[in-house]
Formats: sequence, structure tokens, C-alpha cells
Amino acid sequence: MDLYEYQARDLFESHGVPVLKGSVATTVAEAVSAAEAIGGVVVVKAQVKVGGRGKAGGVKVAKTIEEVREHATNILGMDIKGHTVNRVMIAQGASIVEEYYVSILVDRAQRQYLVMASTAGGVEIEQVAHETPELLAMVGIDPLKGIDRALALSIVQQAKFPTDIEGQVADVLVTLWKVFQSEDATLVEVNPLVKTSDGRIIALDGKVSLDENADFRHPDHEALVDESATDPLEVAAKAKNLNYVKLDGEVGIIGNGAGLVMSTLDVVAYAGENFGGVRPANFLDIGGGASAQVMADGLSIILSDPAVKSVFVNVFGGITSCDAVANGIVQALSMLGDKATKPLVVRLDGNNVLEGRRILNEANHPLVEQLDTMDGAASRAAELAGKAGK
Amino acid sequence: MAIFLDGNSRILVQGITGSEGTKHTKRMLASGSQVVAGVTPGKGGQTVEIDGHAIPVFNSVQEARAATKANVSVVFVPPKFTKGAVIEAVDAKIELVVVITEGVPVHDSAEFFAYAQASKHTRLIGPNCPGLISPGISNAGIIPADITKKGPVGLVSKSGTLTYQMMYELRDLGFSTCIGIGGDPIIGTTHIDALRAFEADPETKVIVMIGEIGGDAEERAAAFIKEHVTKPVVGYVAGFTAPEGKTMGHAGAIVSGSSGTAQAKKEALEAAGVRVGKTPSETARLLREIL
Repeated sequence: MDLYEYQARDLFESHGVPVLKGSVATTVAEAVSAAEAIGGVVVVKAQVKVGGRGKAGGVKVAKTIEEVREHATNILGMDIKGHTVNRVMIAQGASIVEEYYVSILVDRAQRQYLVMASTAGGVEIEQVAHETPELLAMVGIDPLKGIDRALALSIVQQAKFPTDIEGQVADVLVTLWKVFQSEDATLVEVNPLVKTSDGRIIALDGKVSLDENADFRHPDHEALVDESATDPLEVAAKAKNLNYVKLDGEVGIIGNGAGLVMSTLDVVAYAGENFGGVRPANFLDIGGGASAQVMADGLSIILSDPAVKSVFVNVFGGITSCDAVANGIVQALSMLGDKATKPLVVRLDGNNVLEGRRILNEANHPLVEQLDTMDGAASRAAELAGKAGK
Repeated sequence: MAIFLDGNSRILVQGITGSEGTKHTKRMLASGSQVVAGVTPGKGGQTVEIDGHAIPVFNSVQEARAATKANVSVVFVPPKFTKGAVIEAVDAKIELVVVITEGVPVHDSAEFFAYAQASKHTRLIGPNCPGLISPGISNAGIIPADITKKGPVGLVSKSGTLTYQMMYELRDLGFSTCIGIGGDPIIGTTHIDALRAFEADPETKVIVMIGEIGGDAEERAAAFIKEHVTKPVVGYVAGFTAPEGKTMGHAGAIVSGSSGTAQAKKEALEAAGVRVGKTPSETARLLREIL
């Protein structure tokens, strides 16, 4: 889960990372009272989980309350790369003399953690890595050892921070490590980390990603979830414990196993090229044990998506047996009754497939059609969606 | 021969008394694996009866190993306890630890991987993986044993059901070992580890490598193949239609910016001389052409 900037700021503050005052507002009135509470020059910052908001006009300095009102009015409701701005952060202004960069992340390739530090902050770090790699220090971190003060200092020196602030930056790095470790973060990034004109080192903007697998030891993380930013179908699916991702096509997809479902999306997209360019409408993995209830929940989510014109159920019975899946489909259709209106193309293979196919043939539901191969069934589902029109 | 798992593999199941542990122990036994022990803290001294096999349960991996000479552990314990279970297995000098559990925090995986790596005696597979099977010889994990038989194909894959699908597509040829390494951000055994072992395994004549979006493991595997693999490799990558920024089921399956895309992985593999299929069935056809 990616946090908003204001949530990252709050998290940083709670762990002792130096930050400026800031609070979140969802209305112009809240923005004004936040600015009054902070006092002085503030910055009105759009809260969206996408980069480039400054260029889009989503970050504005306000010297007066009138300016706060004006900027908040403009920014709230703004669209930034497809993300609607529902809230702004009112942040205390600061006089910045230098901008730096630090982050801690999970390094998949090395299977450990990685610290990146640079004196070239305030720009995308990918750009620094590409154009001036000599300005970027990258240091692997042993997960069993972490980052102590001595290591932090050595990293700061490798990144060639000015000697007069080495100690302060190292302290920030040690504190960020605490955030990373104690909050089960997969990314903690500060960009920019700034030096102010009065010599303080401050985390001005932060990005934090938290590992949802670790939610069991962080009951407080639930409050950070923002459902308003998520597709309503995804919210409904999550409530049913379904692994669903909304996409923008016409063929609803249900399958078992993340890899097979991803592969199903691809095969449908290829097949769709022959039928007016129809594409998969979603990712839905019903997992190993596909009970009738799970199948019904899944079908009901997919059928409530108005964009869906046909549905492709692609199951390889490994642990699950195909007869259970077939029974699930039959029961799901009877549970859904009149709500089931789109044609269903079913491909079953693997464990107990003959019995599974027999059950579906016997049920003889008018919406259900069976095909023997994944490619064939994908093509048929795409054809049905294509005929129904985009 | 096969890789990682062979006729000498003596399997213990951590979490044997849980429903998943019991269910899959039964399946492993049915496929001919030597399951010699179970471990559930607090339930030592009990026996799990499965289809005429009486499997002794121990309180610790150490005791189980001492009593049964188990050298492989399959871990089914819940995410909360997985780190402790793996560290216990490493401490007991278990040679191969296969972590089936899904939903393990990535910090825990990072720690137990580092711990296993530092021990120099334990190979870790997973977490969040289906395990591995050397058909007709041994089966450690949850891969169905009845899809296919022993044969010349080596298979390594991030995904469980895609592994099964590919085994099914090539069921008439058979496999030396099929290994599901899992799709989490941090995993114990990588594509490269499996490729290296298949290259060295005389029974494996041809290799299928299945990848998916996220990370750069496939790109690194491609570079490894170019340098070190003389056997023919065919590849498949899932997730061409995955949008940026959406996690597709596996915690690691996410396209971030320009990195981790299926197209980039396909191109890297092809540049290393690997033929890459557009679909699982096309991949199977490519392999048949080579063989």
C-alpha cells in the first residue's frame, strides 16, 4: 500500500524524522484553518499517488490566507494524470538552500535492502541514476544487521554530503531505518531532503509503501487505507476477499492462480485482436479452493461491471478438482438467477476434468459454453464480446 | 538424477497437524515421497495416521531430524510463524526448506533468506510457492503428481497454476524436475539457481522457464543463459496486458514505470537465444520443435 504524502509525513513525525508542520484538508475551509494554525507562508500540495503534480499545477506557495483559499479552490478537484485530487496538504513553508535524496527499499535482485543517497535531490532519482550516476551512492543492507549510526555515516560519506551536515543526515538515515523496519515498509523515500537557511535538515516530501502481508502486526495500518481512491468494484471484491483488479476491457476473466490468470489476460487480448480489439475487463484470481460461494462472489462482481460483454472462466485443476469448480459455476448461476446475463465460456482442465465437463453439460445452462483448450476458449470469449459491440 | 529433490530426500512437514499440512502430506505420500516426520510445537509424541502411514510428530525440527534423518522440510505454518519455522529448520541443518505459505511479510522473507544463506547449508525455495516435484521420485509441496511422468524436460516457474498448465501441455514428454520458485519480491531459489542445476543435471535435456511481470529476474536469467547454459531453453512470460502500478495477484507482480514489463523480459530472453512463446501452448509447441 502506497501512502499519501501527508500520511508519510505523519508517520515520519511519529518516529522522530524531522519534518515541517503540515496537515491535510479536504475542503477549502479546512485548508484555510490549517494555514491559519500553521501561520506564515505555506505550501498547498495536491495529495495524489502519482508523480509530476508540481508540473500539473498541484503545488503552490501561498503567502496570504487569500492565496491559500485561491490555490485550494483550484487544486481540490483537479485531475492529475487521471487521479482526482480529493485532499490537499497545507505544509509550512521553508527557506531551502540545498536539496538531497535518501531512500531505503527492498532490493529484489540482491534479496536484501538497499539505501540510495544523493546530493542531487528534488528530481526523479531515475534521472540522477541515468545522467549522473557518480552522484548516487547505492549501498546494500544486510536485513539481519540493519543500519546503525556508523553505517549511516559511511553511506552519507560515500554520497559525498557536505561534511558540516554529515552527522545530521546520518541521524536522519538511522531514523528512516527505524521507520522502514518497524513499520514493515518496502519503500521509504525522502525527496527532497532539504537543508534550510537556518541549517536544519528536514524531510520535505516523502513516499512510503507498506507491506500489506504484515498487516497482522500493524493494526494501525488499516486506518491508512483510502477506499475513495480505489475502484468501487475493487473495494467490493476486497470485502469478499477476492483478488480482483479492474481493467478497461470487455471480457470478464475468472481463473485460478495469479500466473494463470495473468496468462489468460494475455491470451484474451491476443484473441481480441481478431474481434474488434476487445480486451480483458479484469484480473480475478479465485485461488486454489474454488467453492460455489467464491465462484458466485466472483461472477457477481464481474457481471456488475457494465463494460463486461462476455466472461471467460479458465481453471486448471491442480489441487482443486474440476468437478468442484463445475458445481461452483452451476450453483453460482442459480444463486445469481436473473442477474446472470452475459455469456460464459468455460475451459476446465486437469484434476477430474471429465466429471467437471459432464456436470456442466448436464446442467445445460443457456449462458454456458465449454471449450477444451485455453486458446480456443479465449478466442470464443473474445468473439462473443466483439459481437456484443464495444 | 533430478535437481534439488531425489530418491534420498526424506521429507518432514512443518505444520503437519494443520488442515493444509495434513491434506498435502497425504498427497505427497500418495505420489511416493518419503514423508518421515511432522513438526508441530506442543504436539510432539503424537502420530498422524494417513493412508496406512504413521507419521511421528515432533515438537521441534531438531528432534525430528535426530530421530528420522529428515533432510527436506516443507513449511505449511501460517505467515505469522513462518520466519520462526524457517530459522528453526536452518538451525537444525535441514538441507532444503520449501516454504509453501502465502502472505509472508517481505521483511520476514528477507531475514530468513539472509539467515539460510549465511548458514551455507540450507537451500530455501519460496515462500509463496507450490514447491517442487521430481516425477516418479519425490514430491515436496503441493504440485499435483498425476499430471505427468518422469522425462527429459526441466521446468522452472514463478507461478503455480502456470507450472501445472505447462506440465499438462507436455505431459507425454515428462519432466526431470518441475520447480515453482514463487512470485514474492524476495525468494530463496531463483530462476538462475534452477537453470544452473538443470544445466548440470544429465537427465535434463531441455529447459522451460516461465516468468511473469515485476522485477528483473528474467532479464538476469537471460544474461545467465547466454553465458552458462548450453541446453536449449524455451520461455514464457505472463503479464503482457498488465497495466502499470497494479499488483497482479503475486506481491511481486507489478510493473513500475518502464521496468518489469513482459515485453522487456521477452526481448531479453530472445536476445539470449531463448525462444519465447506468446501463450503456454505456443511455448509447448516451440519446445517440441527443439526436441
